Amino acid sequence: MSPAVQRTVVWSCRLALIGILLVAWVIAINHSKIAMFFLGSPKVIAEHLFQWFATGKIFRHLGITLLETMLSFVIGCSLALVLGLWLALNDILARICDPFIKGLNSMPRLIMAPIFAVWFGLGIWSKVALGVTLVFFVVFFNVFQGIREVSPVLIANARMLGARRRDLVRRVYIPSAMSWVFSSLHLSVGLAFVGAVIGEYLGSSAGVGYLILEAEGTFDIETVLAGVILLTTCALTLDYIITLVEESLLKWQAK
Amino acid sequence: MLRTLHERPRTRSAKGRTGGFFTTMSAAALDLRGITCTFPAPSRDAEPYTAVRDVDISLGDGEFVAIVGPTGCGKSTILNVAAGLLAATAGEVSVFGTPLAGINSHAGYMFQAEALLPWLTARGNVSLGLEMHGVARAEATQRADAWLERVGLAGFEERYPKQLSGGMKKRVALAQTLVLEPRILLMDEPFSALDIQTRQLMENELLDMWSADRKSVFFVTHDLEEAISLADRVVVMSAGPGTKPVAEFKVDIPRPRDVTEIVQSPHYLDLHRRIWEILKKEVLKSYERGKTMVPVG
Ligand SMILES: Nc1ncnc2c1ncn2[C@@H]1O[C@H](COP(=O)(O)OP(=O)(O)OP(=O)(O)O)[C@@H](O)[C@H]1O
Ligand SMILES: [Mg+2]
Repeated sequence: MSPAVQRTVVWSCRLALIGILLVAWVIAINHSKIAMFFLGSPKVIAEHLFQWFATGKIFRHLGITLLETMLSFVIGCSLALVLGLWLALNDILARICDPFIKGLNSMPRLIMAPIFAVWFGLGIWSKVALGVTLVFFVVFFNVFQGIREVSPVLIANARMLGARRRDLVRRVYIPSAMSWVFSSLHLSVGLAFVGAVIGEYLGSSAGVGYLILEAEGTFDIETVLAGVILLTTCALTLDYIITLVEESLLKWQAK
Repeated sequence: MLRTLHERPRTRSAKGRTGGFFTTMSAAALDLRGITCTFPAPSRDAEPYTAVRDVDISLGDGEFVAIVGPTGCGKSTILNVAAGLLAATAGEVSVFGTPLAGINSHAGYMFQAEALLPWLTARGNVSLGLEMHGVARAEATQRADAWLERVGLAGFEERYPKQLSGGMKKRVALAQTLVLEPRILLMDEPFSALDIQTRQLMENELLDMWSADRKSVFFVTHDLEEAISLADRVVVMSAGPGTKPVAEFKVDIPRPRDVTEIVQSPHYLDLHRRIWEILKKEVLKSYERGKTMVPVG
């Protein structure tokens, strides 16, 4: 099979799967009141989604969720990069901090959400804080590993070519760390998004998570599912964008 | 070999030195005296390992010296000491008459393992040293491209190491080292990973470049044939531990040489036989001490 044919097959199967699910869904709700109560009607869900975009109501909420995602990601990454570099290049410091970092990382972060709400209020910053705690550790461990795993021969070579400490950091350690960070972009962006939505869900006045929370309060299952579908689409789109970014950033890793 | 030493015009920095004529004349490019390297024990019940002991080797200005010896005997260790990357446990290194402290800034080093930065293109790798020495981007790039062309890689400037063949990577590494115009060249089995044809091509290229500006070269190799065809002098190292030079041979085969033809000359065959006799003993010793061995010859 040629790649083009393969692609067609893959896509038609995917669409067929969605079609089958939808049909099964419609049949189920037509035959049972209980299914109708638990699942809602796909048609109403589609209408909700359409209304959100048609009236423009959704853009403010979506914008806030994405802003929180972006802020969590950028702040989490920057902190992790600085701290990761600093610790990876200071053996003693790394040994001192090791149990604290492992401890903080194994702490269940979601429990912190109410505390962040107290510290940072119900606005976007409590959600950003939650996202940052999720993103930070993934990136931090990658930066740390990326720097520790630099081959000694690369360092020796750079030094023979005239690298001083500053050059080593800029031209060897950081690029090596970045390659590890990029390879975990899917995970870290995904976590930033999860942090934002969960934060909203646990208490907020705006954002897609807030819409879902509000609808759940009135057992409006269709709005909840519309929100979930919107979030899933966003997550997939983010993931796709990251794949594109990766391809251009990690050109040197391609075979 | 003496001829090459004396015919060679004095370089600028040697001329500019305040020492008299004779001190300049006698300063070897590299002088290793009484070098001992002991590596700490890997675990508590193991012994520290003395790889090389009391090694004296010198490299004349403009001389090409090959170092051969059994695998694991300490050849790379000696180059690392000469490069200033590894501090010897005992002994002294002097570079053009000055004691070495820290990195040897006169030396360029082609490593045994692959050492190109994978996130830089061929051009980026070659211009790296220039940029770190404060050369402006544009000029560094231009000089890097000129060197890539010289090693036969015009058109491959934008490739990343992953996209180059083994031989091409070695060429980039050669350009990366030579673009800084070091007066001393340390080469650790630079061509051993290459197939025989590519290797002979690169050996001939190296000889051409070397005869153009007579750098002082320390060339480590497993391969006696390569050592004899390239060098002015071949130093044979003993089996480890406590390696030291056991014999030294002058190679008075006239230059310019062609490595593909030289191996048929009777002079070469005679030298090869005499050196191999000694090297073989060391290789066998090293083998008997339970080390891995790659016999050559
Ligand atoms: N950092 C180190 N720690 C402990 N032992 C080392 C270290 N570096 C080298 N050695 C030991 O010192 C000896 C000499 O190593 P070296 O790399 O110099 O050998 P070599 O002659 O270059 O070998 P080859 O021809 O296989 O490259 C070896 O037995 C090796 O195990
Ligand atoms: Mg070696």
